[in-house]
Amino acid sequence: MSESQGIEWIAVLLILFGSIVSVISAFGMLRLPDVYTRSHAATKSATLSVLCCLLGAFIYFWSHDGYVSVRLILGIIFTFITAPVAGHLVCRAAYRSRVPLAEGSGDDALKVVLFGSETEEEPKDKLVGLKVEEDLSPEKKDHNQT
Amino acid sequence: MIEKIMLVSLALFMVAIALLLYRIIKGPTLPDRAIAIDTIGVNLISAIAIVSIVLKTKAFLEAILILGVLAFIGTIAFSKYIERGVIVERKSRD
Repeated sequence: MSESQGIEWIAVLLILFGSIVSVISAFGMLRLPDVYTRSHAATKSATLSVLCCLLGAFIYFWSHDGYVSVRLILGIIFTFITAPVAGHLVCRAAYRSRVPLAEGSGDDALKVVLFGSETEEEPKDKLVGLKVEEDLSPEKKDHNQT
Repeated sequence: MIEKIMLVSLALFMVAIALLLYRIIKGPTLPDRAIAIDTIGVNLISAIAIVSIVLKTKAFLEAILILGVLAFIGTIAFSKYIERGVIVERKSRD
């Protein structure tokens, strides 16, 4: 009797841990600055929380009723397979529809590969503009001096 | 005691869903909302598991599978809409 109660306590603590991880993931969804970092928080933590919660429910039904639920195992496997795929697809769609990165993020190596022609043209224009400004500025200085 | 902990974790899941609802309403871009809706579906799955433990029934366990499939397919459709502008593509070249 005490052994089954201990197993039930393990299941309940797993469920509590899963709910705490879910709240942490929701706070990450609120606080992070970007679509991509938000998807990191959402997908990773939600997968862990659902895994812990469904495993806790499975263990609870197994020890309390002696009932091995195939649907819960199928739910665990399905969530574990599909949550990273869905997160990856949404991030890919977000990058291809040109959702900007957050301010202060580092180099963007994929941008040159995906939208290469536009990004190669932009720096040339900037360089030309800079040269024009450099050409203009000495003249102005000369005018100012004369 | 066990039931109290179950209710506390159910309330924590509801808090998480409320925070994600804020992200859906506020979210600056469409992918933000898609990710938040996917996470709400995933949280509902585990909330249903807890409800089925609290009510001592096994009738809700089918809803877990159905909700998982629906959340996945909805997210795929959203991402396809965001990327290409259409959900169901037809072959333009024959």
